Amino acid sequence: MSKMLMIYPDRCTGCHNCELSCSFFHDREFRPHTARIHVSSWEMQGFSVPTTCQQCDDAPCVAVCPTTAMHEDPALGRVAWDEAKCIGCRMCTLACPFGAVVYETAKRRIVKCDLCEGNPECATFCPTRAIEYVEETDAARARKKALAAGLKKSFEEVR
Amino acid sequence: MYGWTGKILRIDLSSGSVAKEPLDPAMAKKYIGGRGLASYLMFTEVDPAIDPLSPKNKLIFAPGPLSGTNAPSAGHFDVVTKGPLTGTIAASSSGGIFGPMLKYAGYDLLVVEGKADRPVYLWIDDDAVALREATAFWGKTTPETTDAVRAQTDEEASVACIGPAGERGDLLANVMNEYGRAAGRTGVGAVMGAKNLKAVAVRGTGAVQVADADAFRKAVVKAWTLIRQHAVGGGALRDFGTDILVNILNESGGLPTRNFRQATFATADRVGGESLSKYLLTRPRGCFSCIISCGRATRVTNPKYEGYGEGPEYETAWAFGPACGVDDLDAVTKANYLCNEYGMDTISLGSTVACAMEMFEDGIITLQDTGGIALNFGNTEAMVEMVRLAAKGEGFGRKLAMGSYRLASGYGHPEYSMTAKKQEMPAYDPRALQGIGLNYATSNRGGCHVRGYITAVEILGNPVKIDNLTTEGKAQWVITFQNLTAALDSTGMCLFSTFGLGADELAELMSTATGSAYTTEEFMKTGDRIWNLERLFNQRAGLTSKDDTLPERLLKVPISEGAAKGHVNDLPKMLPEYYALRGWDDAGIPKKEKLTELGL
Repeated sequence: MSKMLMIYPDRCTGCHNCELSCSFFHDREFRPHTARIHVSSWEMQGFSVPTTCQQCDDAPCVAVCPTTAMHEDPALGRVAWDEAKCIGCRMCTLACPFGAVVYETAKRRIVKCDLCEGNPECATFCPTRAIEYVEETDAARARKKALAAGLKKSFEEVR
Repeated sequence: MYGWTGKILRIDLSSGSVAKEPLDPAMAKKYIGGRGLASYLMFTEVDPAIDPLSPKNKLIFAPGPLSGTNAPSAGHFDVVTKGPLTGTIAASSSGGIFGPMLKYAGYDLLVVEGKADRPVYLWIDDDAVALREATAFWGKTTPETTDAVRAQTDEEASVACIGPAGERGDLLANVMNEYGRAAGRTGVGAVMGAKNLKAVAVRGTGAVQVADADAFRKAVVKAWTLIRQHAVGGGALRDFGTDILVNILNESGGLPTRNFRQATFATADRVGGESLSKYLLTRPRGCFSCIISCGRATRVTNPKYEGYGEGPEYETAWAFGPACGVDDLDAVTKANYLCNEYGMDTISLGSTVACAMEMFEDGIITLQDTGGIALNFGNTEAMVEMVRLAAKGEGFGRKLAMGSYRLASGYGHPEYSMTAKKQEMPAYDPRALQGIGLNYATSNRGGCHVRGYITAVEILGNPVKIDNLTTEGKAQWVITFQNLTAALDSTGMCLFSTFGLGADELAELMSTATGSAYTTEEFMKTGDRIWNLERLFNQRAGLTSKDDTLPERLLKVPISEGAAKGHVNDLPKMLPEYYALRGWDDAGIPKKEKLTELGL
């Protein structure tokens, strides 16, 4: 059983609470700039979408890491980072297709989602459930249901 | 410091100098931040008698100590200055992300002084602060300006700017940020325009720290839960936006209609929140750290009024709707978009169009004045055309853009202007809501509902329900709301958080965030202090108790129909009680003992 962060852009209001709770959990301060999740907004169109690490199975950041600092952590269903092994080469930053891994020289560290040790704060503090932490095989259930509800409505209209 | 960044950024546009000053911790504690702290700076640094559009006026962008934290709905900042519409102290609040961004860049306040010799914009990139050429942006709308400034700075910079209305010095001009957020009232945009300041762009990559992280998290979770459980804060506002109020006020008989000629509107539902959600809503939007998301991303597909953007809010839907006798939601929303794009206050402009309509019907304004447009109540196309003319600064629109007081006075009939201290009153009829009348009359920035939102008590039953038609006890309630709001505005929290939170929770958030202990009593007393300070500023600006009044219509002409039929506002009964409870003398001047008690 493995959980994942499921993101619903259609529910996002662009409030940035995910970024705030993320940085507060990790650094005990509010600094959205180094949050491990990021909200991009198109304010005029009223559209926002949070993006973060997808915890890939075949992760480019792991493949490219010369020291195995970046490694798979199947127990928590994530890609984890080992500070002791990291040489700060930033290859993971170059490799990640999601822009979800950055290096912060000031603190000599990788900034990347670690799922808050199994209880992601971004999901806890999302006021509209635009971010949910759910069983991965269940993750698309809400979307399936929405589709089914649409079909149900059509059939009712036909009848 | 915790909560506060401990730094004030001061820009002199005349000389181009940039200064970073330490924040005095004692003053921060005493005035909190935002509206309070900025008003204190205005009081100590600016002669209240100045011409608000002169270089001597200052323009302060003021987030609060909770801005930038995850206290629920703490994304607000105030634009504080002397307002040209009212001639009073002006604190105009807006949401979005601008306030928190200033904090992350490292500043508690941004103070803008003087006047640039040509159009400029200010670019704050953390420590790096620069004034840049903005001549090419002059004349652009607020979305165009935002895009252009972002293209020259950073694509995620927050941009607060003025539109053409502010450039022209129109008294209804606002300051817009994030395209759809407005510091709308008292004409703050005209002050920015008079300074030749087109925009402020800010990007902050720093942190806001809190004193006791564990205690703060606990206080946040508690506050979060209280708002979420509240019927208004946790439900109605998200589902329908503030526009949910249209039908509620209509049923109460307090929905000002056709320039306050009536107080109910038969087809009000067509511009209400339920209709808005059904026909135009794309998605609810939240300001920074908001858990309520009353903002409305909307799209109008009707080719006649096509567009997209944010709004309308309740006050806006009312101002371009029932106030003008209009019930076409597409048209109302289009008028809202135009105001956002050209940088104008929707409440004041809608009410001014309504005023012009009544004067047209009474034959004071003629077809010759309006350029051949029949400006009757209910003429939807004329309403939108008037907004367009005001936006573009053309024809009769030039007169509208100065507000209803100047408009009506210009024709020798100030009695048609539904204003308090020359600012248009929002969407609650003081004859049906006795307390809101007292609040309008005593508001430190003229006709305004959010100085003391006693509607919460009179209509919504928050925290208790008290008969809207009685004057009994209203003076004390108005004072409580005014003081609470003054303190709350100073923290960076949104007023709507009070749909769930009271002074206890706000004081706890402040204490755990700043490490500077605020008791509930102290928090409320701080609000009292800020209110009195604003009052003193206005007195020195030349206002007297004579200005604490309402249009004669509301005091003398009873409502003709609906649930509040037969009522006028009984201000003469409430005002003396209000003065006495405030610790002011019969002339509305704060007594010495009161000022001593507040440390003023």
